[in-house]
Amino acid sequence: MTGEEWISVEQTGDNAVVLAPSADIDMSRSPEFRAAIQEAFRTRGVTRVVIDLDGVGYMDSSGLATLVEAMRTSKSQSTPMVLCGMNERVRAIFEIARLHQFFTITDTRDAAMST
Amino acid sequence: MEERPHIRIELVSDPIYLSGARELVGSVARRLGFDDRQCSKIVLAVDEALCNVIRHGYDRATDKPIWVEIWPLRTGGEISGMRLRIEDEAKQVDPSRMRGRELSDIKPGGLGVHIIREVMDEVVYERRPERGMRLTMLKKLTAPGRKDKATAAAEGVS
Repeated sequence: MTGEEWISVEQTGDNAVVLAPSADIDMSRSPEFRAAIQEAFRTRGVTRVVIDLDGVGYMDSSGLATLVEAMRTSKSQSTPMVLCGMNERVRAIFEIARLHQFFTITDTRDAAMST
Repeated sequence: MEERPHIRIELVSDPIYLSGARELVGSVARRLGFDDRQCSKIVLAVDEALCNVIRHGYDRATDKPIWVEIWPLRTGGEISGMRLRIEDEAKQVDPSRMRGRELSDIKPGGLGVHIIREVMDEVVYERRPERGMRLTMLKKLTAPGRKDKATAAAEGVS
């Protein structure tokens, strides 16, 4: 699967960019995930980046590292980034790495759009 | 003499096979009595160990061998956990240097060894006699209602 097939990108009317990957994110897919996120932050006039993880069954530390890097980009360019839709397995890695408090995380995409 | 492993697989160091290794370890852990949350963490630890071999041991070469072995742990005839071993022929490093970075240092990367040590009850890195490295991990079943080590740490419970 290529990045175009497993990561959907949607731009809303208020210039939020929503990324929705739909595959396990491990060492083999993290580079494409990283490229898609950095592209989202480069979108002209982007007001917010939402990463909907509802379709992600598993994530390893390479995926987590990608999100840490993205959060740094978010802070440096003052564009909020919100994660949503995490299942238990994905949430577990955030908790083990004790990074769940470093990110803004919501249960649903709707909540992510208004946080 | 050490008991023969109940499962032994060999895979090449190509990340596309990580998902297959995860499926195997997860389903065996479940069969040995770990709950879904514990299975997820065991799978994560094994995945991180395999990634470290591929990334650091083999410098991302995709055609090198990795072996994964699994034994059940038994106490008084009852299954009490599982032992996993990962071996490779990668470059040897000083086992004492296999430590994760401080979690307070928030940056991408360097989390794999920390995760392995956080999830597993015992973690031993050693050089193989001939070449390569060996990682042996032990995970005990926790009694119903008791939090495992990683969960307790995440919740700030000692």
